[in-house]
Amino acid sequence: MKHWQIERDENALVWATLDRAGESTNALSAEVLAEFRELLDQLDQAPPKGLIIRSGKAAGFIAGADIQEFTQLDSAEKGRALIARGWDLFNRLAAVAYPTLALVRGHCLGGGLELSLACRYLLAVDEPGTKFGLPEVMLGIFPGWGGMLRLPQRIGPAAALDLMLTGKTLDAKRAKRMGLADEAVPPRVMTAAARLLVQSGQPRRKLPLLQRLLNGPLKSVVANGARKQVAKKARPEHYPAPYAIIDLWAKHQGNALAAPEVLDRIINSATARNLVRVFFLQERLKGFGKASDFKALRVHVIGAGTMGGDIAAWCVLRGMTVSLQDQNLERIAPALQRAHALFTRRLREPLRVREAFDRLIPDASGDGVAHADVVIEAIFENVAAKHALFRALEPRMKPDAVLATNTSSLRLEELRGVLQRPERLVGIHFFNPVAMMPLVEVVAAEGADPAMVQAACAFVRQIDKLPLPVKSTPGFLVNAVLAPYMLAAMRAVDAGVTPEAVDEAMLAFGMPMGPIELVDTVGLDIALAAGQQLAGGVEPPQCLLALVEKQQLGKKSGQGFYRWADGKPQKVDASGTALAKVGAGRTAIPDGLAESLVKPLIERTAKLVADGVVADAELADAGVIFGTGFAPFTGGPLKYLSDR
Amino acid sequence: MKSPIYVVDGARTPFLKAKTGPGPGPFSASDLATQAGRALLLRQPFAPQDLDEVILGCAAPSPDETNIGRLVALRLGCGHQVPGWTVMRNCASGMQAIDSAIVNIQAGRSELVLAGGVDALSRAPLLYADAMVRWFAAMMQMRTMGQKLGHFLKLKPSALFSPVIGLMKGLTDPMVGLLMGQTAENLAWKFGLTRQQMDEFSVQSHQRALAGRAAGHFDEIVPLVDASGAIYAVDDGVRDDASLAGMAKPKPFFDKKYGNITAANSSQITDGAAWVVLASEAAVARWNLQPLGRIVDSQWAGLDPALMGLGPVHASTPILRRNDLTLADIDYWELNEAFAAQVLACQAAWQDDAYCREQLGLPGALGALDDRRLNVDGGAVSIGHPVGASGTRIVLHLLHVLRREKAKRGIATICIGGGLGGAMLVEAC
Repeated sequence: MKHWQIERDENALVWATLDRAGESTNALSAEVLAEFRELLDQLDQAPPKGLIIRSGKAAGFIAGADIQEFTQLDSAEKGRALIARGWDLFNRLAAVAYPTLALVRGHCLGGGLELSLACRYLLAVDEPGTKFGLPEVMLGIFPGWGGMLRLPQRIGPAAALDLMLTGKTLDAKRAKRMGLADEAVPPRVMTAAARLLVQSGQPRRKLPLLQRLLNGPLKSVVANGARKQVAKKARPEHYPAPYAIIDLWAKHQGNALAAPEVLDRIINSATARNLVRVFFLQERLKGFGKASDFKALRVHVIGAGTMGGDIAAWCVLRGMTVSLQDQNLERIAPALQRAHALFTRRLREPLRVREAFDRLIPDASGDGVAHADVVIEAIFENVAAKHALFRALEPRMKPDAVLATNTSSLRLEELRGVLQRPERLVGIHFFNPVAMMPLVEVVAAEGADPAMVQAACAFVRQIDKLPLPVKSTPGFLVNAVLAPYMLAAMRAVDAGVTPEAVDEAMLAFGMPMGPIELVDTVGLDIALAAGQQLAGGVEPPQCLLALVEKQQLGKKSGQGFYRWADGKPQKVDASGTALAKVGAGRTAIPDGLAESLVKPLIERTAKLVADGVVADAELADAGVIFGTGFAPFTGGPLKYLSDR
Repeated sequence: MKSPIYVVDGARTPFLKAKTGPGPGPFSASDLATQAGRALLLRQPFAPQDLDEVILGCAAPSPDETNIGRLVALRLGCGHQVPGWTVMRNCASGMQAIDSAIVNIQAGRSELVLAGGVDALSRAPLLYADAMVRWFAAMMQMRTMGQKLGHFLKLKPSALFSPVIGLMKGLTDPMVGLLMGQTAENLAWKFGLTRQQMDEFSVQSHQRALAGRAAGHFDEIVPLVDASGAIYAVDDGVRDDASLAGMAKPKPFFDKKYGNITAANSSQITDGAAWVVLASEAAVARWNLQPLGRIVDSQWAGLDPALMGLGPVHASTPILRRNDLTLADIDYWELNEAFAAQVLACQAAWQDDAYCREQLGLPGALGALDDRRLNVDGGAVSIGHPVGASGTRIVLHLLHVLRREKAKRGIATICIGGGLGGAMLVEAC
C-alpha cells in the first residue's frame, strides 16, 4: 500500500500505521480511505487478534479529511459520495468482530477522530500536542463520517454538541476524564498499553443513565438548549451548519445520508465554499513564513503597555525568552501580572506556568537588547521618542537581529532615518488583543532588506500568527479599511440613526462587533486621531467631536457612544429599555444601512489592492477577515463584492 | 592564590523579612535565586549556556527544591548541559559556593561560574514530632477497620498539635544543644558586653543601611515581581524608626528573662538570594569582561560550637598573617551581623591579649578594628540574614564599597553555626 504500513506481530496483532505519502501530515483522502477499505477486506480473510491504528507522522495522528477534496464538490452527487465514503467505511470498522484500537499521539481532528470513535478503544498519548476535536463546523460543514452519531454516545450529547458546535479541542487528560479516551498514557508506555488494551476484552465505559436518556428520549430538550446557545453566536442565514448538526443528531441519528436535502444544502452552501476558501487563504498566509529559516530564541520588547506587554507574553507562550523594557519596573509589573494570568489560563500546570514566567524578564535597563534575535519597539507613537530609542538600540543589537516597530500610524521611512542601516527596519504590526487576533501585518518600506522582511514573516509564524506582507502606507491594510467604515458608521449617527441601530445592522451583516462599539473599544480620541490621518482631511463626524469634547472616550472612560459597565456596552432600544440581547428586530434599522456602511470598506480594500499595498485580492480578503473579523462566511470583502 | 579569580559582577534580591514568625513568604528559594540570577545574566556579554557551572549555597532547601543549584540553573535557561549543584555550610553556604567555584577554576575545571546563596527562611517547614511520626508509621501497619479505629483512640492531641518548627531545629547546635542566640549570650558573658552596647550597635546598623539606601549604595539589588504584579524593591526589615528606646522594649528571646539578646539586636529571619559571577583570567579575556575585583585569599576555621560567633576572628587572622597584613591594612570589612553581640565580641577578642595568645596563637592582642571601616552600609541586623545568601552578599557588597571609596583591600567574614568561621580577602579592580 502507498499510505499504510501493515505489520502483523508475533501475537497476531495487526499494526496499521498511516504515513500518507508525500505529505507531512496525515489526512483522510479518498486514496487513503480506499486503501483502508482494502485493509479491512484483507483482515476479513484472516482476522487478527486485534487491530491497532496509529500514525507514522511526527506531526500528529490524523488532521481530518483532505480539505482540498472539498473544493471539487461541484454537484450534489459528489457531496453525497464524499459523506457516504467515510460514513460507510467507519460503520464497517465499528462492526468488525476483532477488537480495534486507535493509538492517538498528536492532533486527532475531524475525520481522524471519527475513525478513532469507530474503534473499540481509544488510547491517548498524554503530550501537549495531543488534541481531539471535530472542527468541521469551522469550515461550514458537519462531521458526517459518524462523529455526530458516535461522539454523543461516547461522552454524552451536551459535551459532544459543545465540541461539534464550537470546534474546540480537548487534550489527552480531558479526553480521558470525559470518557472519550479509555486511557491517557505517557509515550514511553504507549506501545505496551496499546497491546494490552486491545486484547483486554475490557468493555467500554457505559454512559451514565442521565446521559443515555439525554441521548435518547430527551434529545429534543438538549437540542432546543443547543439551538438557543448557537443563536447567541451565529445566525442561521450566515452559518447554517451548526443548526444542521443539531438537527442531524436529534432527528437522524447523526446520519446525514438520511437527510439528503440537509446534506446538499450544507455541503453546497456559499458559506461552506467561502469558509473552505478562507481556510486555504490561511494556509497561504502561513506560507510566507517559509521563505526564511530564521529562528528567534530571544526577543526584546520595548514598551510594556497593552500592546508591548501582550506581545512579550505571547512570545513567551510560544517558547521564546523575552526581555521586556520600559522606563521603570512600575510600568513593566502590570504586564507581568497579565502575562501570568495568560500563562495560567493557557498552560494550567504550575510547573509549566512557572517555566514560562521565568522566561519573561523585566528589563528596565534594556540589557536584553544585546542578546535578542528580534527587537520589537512598541512605545507611544512619537517620532522623536522612537528616533532616540532606535539610535540607542542599533549599536547594542546583534548585526543579524530583526529590528521591528509595532507602529500603526507613523511612517517607517521617517522612523528609520536615524539608523546606520535603515533598510533593516521592518514593521511587525499586531492587533489588540494580541492573544486573540491571528493576523500580524509585516510592513516593508521602500528599499527594505528582503531578508529582514522574510525573517520577520518567519518570526510571525514562529509565534503562531498569520503574517500578511504589506507596503508601508498609512494604516497599512487593516486600519486603512476600517477607517472609512467607522467614519461612515459615525456619519450615520450624525444623520440620526441610533448607535444601537448602526451596530445591529452590521451584526446582522455578519460582523463580530458593531462599528460604533468598535469605536468605543478603540477609544474615541484614538479614532479621531486615526481618522484625521487616514481619512484624507475630511471633516470628522460631529458625534465624535462632541463626545471627545466631553472627554467621553469610550470603554476606557466608562462612557462613549455607550455607557460601559462591567466591560460591556449598555445598549438600549428606542424607549430607553435595555436590550437584553441584540437582534430580534427590536431596533429600527433603515433599509440598506449595512450595505452603505460596508461599501467604503470594500472600496478602500479594492483601492489598496490596486495600489499594491497588499499583493492581491485573495490576500486582501484574508487580511481583512483575520485582522478585523470581517464576516468570514462572505469570504472577505472582495469576494463578497464579486459574489453580489 | 595560584591564579587570579575575578568577580565580574553580582546581584541580589532585596532581603524580605518573614512577617509574623515562620509562614510562607511570596517567593520560594528558587524563585528568589532565579529572579536575581536572570537579571544578572541578562547584562553579561555571554549567554547563560556559556557558564561552566552554577553553584548555589542553601542552608534550608525546601523538600520540593532538592539540589536547588541545579533547579535554578535550569530555570535560568542555562540549558541541560551546564551542571548545577548545591553546597551547604550553614550560614556560610553562599561563601562556600564562591570558594567551591574558586577551587574549580584553579583546578582548571571551570572558567566561568555563577555562584551564590539563597534561603527562604519564611518557608521553613513545620515538622511532626517523633511521637506523631511513630503514630503514623504504626497506622500504616493496621489492616482492619477495627485495628485502625483502636489506633485512632491512641492518638495524643498534644503530639498532633505541637509541630516542631524546622527553623528552630536548624538554628540549634546539634552538638551542644544551644540555640544560636544562646551561643551569642555566651560571647556577651565572656567579654562582658551589655544590652546597651548591643542595642546601640543595632540602631547604628539600621541607620547605616538607611543612609546607604538614600545614597544609592544598594544598586546590587534586583527588585522582585510576583505573579500579581507586586514589586519588592528594598530590604524591608530596615527600620527608619530604629531608636535606643525602641530597642530596649523587646524581651530577651534566647535566655528568657535574664539574657541580653533580643529579636531586635539579632539578625532578621529573611528570604533572599545573592549571586556573583566568577571568572578566570582566560574567561575575562575571552568575553572582554570588566571585573569588579579579585578574590585574593580565603580561609575556613573551626572553634568551639558554643562560641561559634567568634568564627570571623579565627578565619580572618590566618589570612592577615599569611598576607602580612594588620587589621588596619584592611580598608573595609564586612563582618556578618548574626548578632550585635557577636560582632562586638569579635572586636573584643582581637583586643583581648589572652584570647589572641591562647586561641589564635598570636604573641598578643591584634588590636582594634576601626568601627568606621566595618559594615559601613549596615549588616544582617538591619538588612536581614537569609542564611545561605549572606556569605555571597557580603563579598559582593564589600567589592562595591571598595570601588565606591576608591579603596583597595577588604575582608568579608562570617560566623557559622556549628563552630566555624569563613573569610575572604578581596581587592577591587
